[in-house]
Amino acid sequence: MPLNQKIRMEIYTFVLLAVLAIASALGMILSKNTVNSALLLVLNLLSVAGVYLLLQAQFLALIQILVYAGAIIVLFLFVIMLLNIDQEESFFEKVRVKYIVAFLLGAVILGQLLYSLGGVTDLLPEKSPDMAFAGTVEALGDVLYTDYLFAFEMTAILLTAAVVGALMIAQYKKKKTDDSE
Amino acid sequence: MIEIDWYLALSAVIFTIGLVGVLIRRNAIVIFMCVELMLNAVNLSLVAFSAYHGDVTGQILVFFSLAVAAAEAVIGLAIILAIFRNNLSVDITKINLLRW
Repeated sequence: MPLNQKIRMEIYTFVLLAVLAIASALGMILSKNTVNSALLLVLNLLSVAGVYLLLQAQFLALIQILVYAGAIIVLFLFVIMLLNIDQEESFFEKVRVKYIVAFLLGAVILGQLLYSLGGVTDLLPEKSPDMAFAGTVEALGDVLYTDYLFAFEMTAILLTAAVVGALMIAQYKKKKTDDSE
Repeated sequence: MIEIDWYLALSAVIFTIGLVGVLIRRNAIVIFMCVELMLNAVNLSLVAFSAYHGDVTGQILVFFSLAVAAAEAVIGLAIILAIFRNNLSVDITKINLLRW
């Protein structure tokens, strides 16, 4: 494939994934139904995984799909199912000051982020030729199991602590009888 | 070749959408999902920097941030479950036990 066509393909793919990600994120925060929000979050996470692939971070794209779109969303859906939530009233029905303030704050923060991005645009790095090799499982594992071994082990402890803590917080406590107190 | 600016701009837009979601929604579970969205946006900019520098360290950081996000989601949902059990609501305007 000629270089020009390759670049054009990359841009098309990026635009497609970016539009998908932004649209699904917007749909997520605006949807009335909680389950729809969760499924739109899956779509957003999948399109971000696609952007990771464009950046040649293959391992993270896979991990994103497995951990986020797989495990975490299933957890969310399970909790939604367990709680049997009544639908939140749509915020389009009545305009409140809170929403206007929220949107204004969002616009200000987005403006700030983009302004600061525009200010440093000359300092940002050009695409590195090493990019193709930075995202492979070999490269990541090489660094992860040598330089960051301690942090990796701490992650294991963190996850164990999280599971034990979640069980402790969420377990059903029997009503104490009076004589046990 | 796409400049890195576009990836960072996409990350900023998704982050802002997550932020607005946290501010406007009242359902605690959706607020949690918005927090995940914001974490994800920051991960995207980390991966972009990592790729454009050709340095693997940024992706290692994303790996750890994914692990922390998973732990955070587990604990947060457990807390929501416990609150729901006591209060029968996940509406954050009705959870006002600690309000002065």
